[in-house]
Amino acid sequence: MLWGIPPGLLLILGVLLVPLLPGAWRKAYMTILPLAGLWALAGAETGVFYTFTFFTYEIAPVRIDGLSLVFGYIFHIAAILSVVFAWHNNDTVEQMAGLAYAGSGIGAVFAGDLITLFIYWEAMATTSVFLIWARRSDSAFRAGMRYLIIQVGSGVLLLSGAILMAHQTGSVAFDKMTLGNLATWLILIAFGIKCAFPFFHNWLPDAYPEASVTGTVFLSAFTTKCAVYVLARGFPGTELLIYVGAAMAAFPLFYAAIENDLRRVLAYSLNNQLGFMVVGVGVGSALAINGVAAHAFAHILYKSLLFMAMGAVLYRVGTVKASELGGLHKSMPLTTIFCIIGAASISTPLFAGFIAKSLTLSAAAKDGYPVIWLILMFASAGVFLVSGVKIVYFAFFANDGGKRCKEAPLNMQIAMGLTAILCVVIGVYSPWLYSLLPNDVAYEPYTLSHVINQLQTLIFSALAFALLIRFKFYPPAVNSIYLDFDITYRKWLPVLYKWIVSLVSPGWKSMLQDLRNGLHRMVAYMFRHHGPEGILARTWPTGSMALWVALLLGGFLLIYYS
Amino acid sequence: MNGPKHTSASSSSGEKQSWLDDTQNIDKIFWGVIFLSVILMLLEPFYYKKPYFSFEGSFGFYGWFSFLACAGLVLVARSLGRVFERGEEYYDADRNSGEDNR
Repeated sequence: MLWGIPPGLLLILGVLLVPLLPGAWRKAYMTILPLAGLWALAGAETGVFYTFTFFTYEIAPVRIDGLSLVFGYIFHIAAILSVVFAWHNNDTVEQMAGLAYAGSGIGAVFAGDLITLFIYWEAMATTSVFLIWARRSDSAFRAGMRYLIIQVGSGVLLLSGAILMAHQTGSVAFDKMTLGNLATWLILIAFGIKCAFPFFHNWLPDAYPEASVTGTVFLSAFTTKCAVYVLARGFPGTELLIYVGAAMAAFPLFYAAIENDLRRVLAYSLNNQLGFMVVGVGVGSALAINGVAAHAFAHILYKSLLFMAMGAVLYRVGTVKASELGGLHKSMPLTTIFCIIGAASISTPLFAGFIAKSLTLSAAAKDGYPVIWLILMFASAGVFLVSGVKIVYFAFFANDGGKRCKEAPLNMQIAMGLTAILCVVIGVYSPWLYSLLPNDVAYEPYTLSHVINQLQTLIFSALAFALLIRFKFYPPAVNSIYLDFDITYRKWLPVLYKWIVSLVSPGWKSMLQDLRNGLHRMVAYMFRHHGPEGILARTWPTGSMALWVALLLGGFLLIYYS
Repeated sequence: MNGPKHTSASSSSGEKQSWLDDTQNIDKIFWGVIFLSVILMLLEPFYYKKPYFSFEGSFGFYGWFSFLACAGLVLVARSLGRVFERGEEYYDADRNSGEDNR
């Protein structure tokens, strides 16, 4: 560890210096910081560090082992690439938020107990929301608020689960858990929210496309993959996750196929890729967990690359709506090439995704889940269609939208170039990524049948796309949105609230009116008798008093003597 | 601020023509994809398969399954899209009217 500072915390503390540094120095510093973190991590020994006792609980802020290391490496790499992609950006808040968010994600994967995890978990939520707000638009602000409520809500569930668990077991250690009591269910739901499980997923396609050009690149790497890591750590072999993951792998594709905003298409396909990883966690074998780690590693790279390419388009053209783009390969040839490499890296042989995803598919097949395997095959072909072919086709080819712009800024090209190189190197030389994986499993991705079968998958997906486009069966890109589950809290809940208010309010109003009328009548009655003109409030002259007293006394006398 | 630098302008007539501007070349790509698909299917008898499931070993499984998966995905999504499609202002319109009602 660098100067004895735990991984993750290095970046979070390092952020404090960012606003003090001028222009170029700041950019150099922001790049070197995660590089230094990566260098320190490369030489780190495995074990648990900085343990201390808090009340009666054993806190383990840093646990370094095979699984946390592989996520630690890729999180540092993602931070470096995202920082380079954002070099042109001088927004101090965004710079600080990006690095602190990366640091929180790194901290979370090295957390050895649930309390440390909770702290980093919430830090991720609160730092990342600034990357959404950095877009500085009204819709980004509102999407950010929805995102923040959901993310912080996940943290609250995590803390509740941790407290219950501490109460039941006397320990807050974060190890493999078995579903069966409220504590573990709360923790699983907390993880599931960040992992975008079905019905908890809407924050992802809602917020990511609203974030700033550079913010989305940061966002795509950390939160969801951190959730995958904690699932792999906490719930490996939980069968329920196989079915949850299969649903996740399939249903977002239908949205991605028709969605107009290309960054939202990527967000939906990100959700689908998380499904693969969740299936891997559910299978839970050594091969499957290797698959999860390898897929997360590769996915961070190629999804970042695709988000970078779309970010560059958004930066230059001002929109990423498929309905307004097309023909950009003329203006942005390099970005086009990088985007094609990103698309190829999803699952083409010689690219990163191919050697990673096949581990999970093989694990599902080996453990005898034919239906799940078929769903994953469907998802594998579908994601190449929507996240690869569709994105590249609609942004850079298709009908020329007439948009002409400059090529992406140099720093964006460097970031995309480096990411593309990593995607290719990992794909070509598979032993490198495999050597980082937590379990010792021999696996050979480049067998003749595997390569041919994968090429068949890809070419026939492309053929389906080509035929659909040629015979005009592919739905044309139009300016519209598609309703998803978030309609429940964005539309129905407010409508329900208004309906209840409209139902209750006439009764409430008439009740208030009745009360008010009664009060008015009472006041009027009192006023009549006690008001200035009231009979009981009149001022009587002293003389009349004396007269009445005299009359009374006279009356008494008469009665007395009669 | 991370504002976009718009440099877009309308297409100028003096622009260099791209290879893809010629529709004949698009046809070449289309037929190229079909050609590759045929070649990949012709390879089927010539390599050793080790399927996990019996259906995986059927002729050209990866090809036809992927084709059907993608075509089915898009066609189903298209029908679903007709049901779930709304204007871009769908959520905003409601919000504004809510504010007006106040």
